[in-house]
Amino acid sequence: MGRTEIIEKVNTVFRDVFDDDRLLIGEQTTAADVDGWDSLKHISLIEAVEEAFDMRFTMLEINGMKNVGEMITIIEQRVV
Amino acid sequence: MNYTELEKNCTRSTEGFVDSCTLAVLGTGATQHLAKAVKGYAYSEGIALDVYDADYNQIDAQVLDPNSELCHKSPEFTLFWLCTEKLYEEFCQSKQRSDFADTVIQRVERYWNLVNGKFRTNILQCNFLQLDDRVFGNYGNKTADSFIFQLRKLNCLLMEKCLAHRNVFLIDFCYLQEKYGIDALRDSRMYYVAKLPICTRMLPEAAKQVVDVIKAVRGKIKKCVILDLDNTLWGGVIGDDGIENIQIGELGIGHAFTEFQMWLKELGKRGILLAVCSKNEEAAAREPFEKHPEMVLRMEDFAMFVANWEDKASNINYIQRTLNIGMDSMVFLDDNPFERSLVKSMIPEITVPDLPQDPSQYLEYIKGLNLFETASYSEADRERTRQYQEEAGRAAQQCQFSDYGEYLKSLEMTAKTEAFDSFHFSRIAQLTQRSNQFNLRTVRYTEQEIAQLAGDERHLTRYFTLSDKFGDYGLISVAVLDKQEDKTLFISEWLMSCRVLKRGMEEFIMDELIRTARDNGFDTVVGEYLPTAKNKMVADLYSRMGMQPAGGGRFTVQVKDYAMHQTYIRRQ
Repeated sequence: MGRTEIIEKVNTVFRDVFDDDRLLIGEQTTAADVDGWDSLKHISLIEAVEEAFDMRFTMLEINGMKNVGEMITIIEQRVV
Repeated sequence: MNYTELEKNCTRSTEGFVDSCTLAVLGTGATQHLAKAVKGYAYSEGIALDVYDADYNQIDAQVLDPNSELCHKSPEFTLFWLCTEKLYEEFCQSKQRSDFADTVIQRVERYWNLVNGKFRTNILQCNFLQLDDRVFGNYGNKTADSFIFQLRKLNCLLMEKCLAHRNVFLIDFCYLQEKYGIDALRDSRMYYVAKLPICTRMLPEAAKQVVDVIKAVRGKIKKCVILDLDNTLWGGVIGDDGIENIQIGELGIGHAFTEFQMWLKELGKRGILLAVCSKNEEAAAREPFEKHPEMVLRMEDFAMFVANWEDKASNINYIQRTLNIGMDSMVFLDDNPFERSLVKSMIPEITVPDLPQDPSQYLEYIKGLNLFETASYSEADRERTRQYQEEAGRAAQQCQFSDYGEYLKSLEMTAKTEAFDSFHFSRIAQLTQRSNQFNLRTVRYTEQEIAQLAGDERHLTRYFTLSDKFGDYGLISVAVLDKQEDKTLFISEWLMSCRVLKRGMEEFIMDELIRTARDNGFDTVVGEYLPTAKNKMVADLYSRMGMQPAGGGRFTVQVKDYAMHQTYIRRQ
């Protein structure tokens, strides 16, 4: 799965989790850019992304990812 | 439904919802996700649930301080969720390990008492997920100093302690652990980074348990299961295969049906009515229950048995009319998707589970739906099927009389009036939770509230029993009378089981209420009708009983002007 494909799919998950059909995310998007992306939402977001891609982040990654780009990179490494 | 869906539900409008309710969530871990899941799940069940989520680890402050937000809100339900991880930290620091469970249960019980002392609520107590530290391995089970020993003991103590607290209901998270396993339920990463004891993927299941209990306490319960026969209660088709060839019993796939029947029989013993609705010749349909040696269910287990070639929706309507219970309290089980979809479309109120194709999966599937949650259990439950069968006997007798009065006379009815007593608290509470049609103000009480009413000088309480020559109906009606100023007695609740309608019992009870007023020195009796979707049948009850409309749904009568009724019921 290519990076563009991944980001498209991640965007779908974001739209579902944040209940916003027009939400558009990019590599540089951070929690500060998305309305409602707090620490609580972060947990349900992570679980939803994991389910969509059938992969797991480590604890360090959950806590450490700085923007959507980093999330994509991890997914890229784990999903064949 | 996944967690994201539930979260979305939380922001949806509940305008037009008839059911609304309040809940507070208190815990030692992160409770925000559970609070949202419960709210969202309640939404999907048509309940507008207002949830107050106390901050992380705030239990003591909330239950001790009479000015806390919790006490200020006084919610109808208060949920305690103590997470096992926190308990383990405490265990590791404790010196006296062999009495750890006793120490914790004392604290939990103190929470209950503190809350009960401050406001009226129903307490929902989650039991503890059983996280085994494996420090002792299997040996932990025979070592009082091990965590798992104390933890399992603690879960048993919870069950024992809540026996004595009528308004405490356990939420069985351990059931989820048994069904799905701890690895599915819990995600260490999410506990470490967010103090989340159950991962969001499993929270819808956890929320369901909470909402199921809330619904049961509020009287939304199932009372009857209507069963198909061929390929539902046994394998094969009785009309084609004959009694020798249907599959039931220990051997082969028949075993799945045997276990399914055993489970249904247990439901029957618990007070859920069983009825048959089958497309068959009646004689052929009855034969296996009468003659097959390995049949678990027998004719006496069914409140009604309907086998003919009519469509199932008509037959279900007939069963509902005869048993006289709400359609929304009935469940229809049928292996045939065509019949299910017909019944669903004709009778939207009835619950029709989509049974799996493979009969070996029936039982697990049905158990998972948890349709038969209850908030009470009493002696009367075990008698229910017999009572409905007696009713059929009465119906047969009625046909012999052309005059209804003669028929009533022939029943040789006897009724008794008593003030609430402790032997009957649970049955009385249960009636207030179950009765919807003959219910003037539809006030729901828990056992604890009934006990309080019984001891409260400001009220007079009455319950009524009825028996006749066919059998004993038991306790069938409840009235609560509030003493008001100006020698006025207000009927703040009156309900009656619909099984005893049209026997003169409502007249008998009204007369008794007037006598009660007179004997206690009251001049005036006031009643009130609060309409709901289901209690139309008693809209004009007070007028029929001889009371005068006083506006706003209220009715009044002077004790001295009241004319006693003639009934065929003997006072005992």
